Amino acid sequence: MKLETAAPMRFKVGDHVRIDDRSSLGHCRTPSFVRGKTGVVAEVLGAFRYPEKLAYHRPGLPAQPLYTVRLRQNELWEDYAGPASDHLDIDIYQPWLEPAE
Amino acid sequence: MHDGHDHDHDRTFQPDHDRGPATPYEVLERALHTLFIEKGILSAEEISRRIDEFDTRTPALGAKVVARAWVDPGYKARLLADTRAALDELGIDIGEIAEFKTVENTPEVHNVIVCTLCSCYPKGLLGFPPAWYKSLAYRSRTVRDPRAVLAEFGTVLADNVEVRVHDSTADLRYIVLPMRPEGTDGMSEDALASLVTRDSMIGTTVLKAE
Amino acid sequence: MPTPDKRNETRAGTDGRTVQDIGGMDFGPIDMSEHDLAHWEKRVDAMIVLLNTKRHVFTTDALRRVIESYNEQQYDATAYYEKWVRALRNLVIEQELITRDELAQKLKEAAQQFEASGRAVAAGEVPWDDTGVDEGGRS
Repeated sequence: MKLETAAPMRFKVGDHVRIDDRSSLGHCRTPSFVRGKTGVVAEVLGAFRYPEKLAYHRPGLPAQPLYTVRLRQNELWEDYAGPASDHLDIDIYQPWLEPAE
Repeated sequence: MHDGHDHDHDRTFQPDHDRGPATPYEVLERALHTLFIEKGILSAEEISRRIDEFDTRTPALGAKVVARAWVDPGYKARLLADTRAALDELGIDIGEIAEFKTVENTPEVHNVIVCTLCSCYPKGLLGFPPAWYKSLAYRSRTVRDPRAVLAEFGTVLADNVEVRVHDSTADLRYIVLPMRPEGTDGMSEDALASLVTRDSMIGTTVLKAE
Repeated sequence: MPTPDKRNETRAGTDGRTVQDIGGMDFGPIDMSEHDLAHWEKRVDAMIVLLNTKRHVFTTDALRRVIESYNEQQYDATAYYEKWVRALRNLVIEQELITRDELAQKLKEAAQQFEASGRAVAAGEVPWDDTGVDEGGRS
């Protein structure tokens, strides 16, 4: 999606990122079960109007880069019963991501 | 075991929608519908047209796309790279609400789709989602124990197959491109399409040749 | 203009999960039964899609925001299109397309139409505000 005003892209495929564990007020598309977790950028999806602003009839600009972050299930859940190769992919907006080791 | 195919005889009994008392939600819907029309906000015709148009979206549409991808490697590559454009090629317009992305099942990776926060679903291609997809049970458990959820659908995957859950949290709606079943060489595209079920495009089932 | 200045209700027994934030919880076995949509549900869907994408009255995220303001009991007990028709109502009032008075009058008429056509009408009204966030934008 090409939009006029987009925040600069900070991450690329393969980058290790951490999803912030701050609490949110109002509409938010970062579920609590991934907050504070670390994963790898699997896809760069482009920039999209920001849902936390769209929810309140604001234009949601600048558009925010959106990434598919791939997380290991056995790191997400203490008691994950499946194999170590199982993953969870989740689409997270850039304001929720920081670089990780 | 329920494999989610769409034949009439699999539907459980449901009370006639028009017989029980009208709930406050149904009364509200009628009141809003009337108000929108009386106030010129929407017209009755465009509402009807939209309903009719949506009735053309069914899993059969997705099945057609899957069958094309199976027989035509170039189409498959385009579908994976840019699903909206690939659907356009087949005359399928998915509308403006969301972008679509196709994820491919392989012998190494099995994909399954969920929307934990609401019930995002590729309606523009597959039509309305099944009630179970929107349920608290599916939304809550699939991210945490996908193999147990898959087992409830009769789907068991070996430990050397990665189960990859997609939580569609943003503007992308995901469709699974299921693996083509064994023993289907030489089948026509139409025959292949008839093998493809809705649930295989959500990722809760895998396909076997009939 | 509504703002996210009021916290939504959180689920009992969780560390601050809002009602929609259920990934990782356990709501039990999955009911596989299939249901056709009633005509009124398809009409809710159609009206929402038209007002969202053609008239730009509200966004998908605004609908979600309203639904996220329902309390835990109502969120869990209401069906998908019950949640959405309530959100539709709240947003067209918030965006000043209709007033609550107009709606109140039309609800009476709608109930009368159902009765006149031989269908009983269940008592009660679709709930209003749970947390003060979504009642016509006023808190």
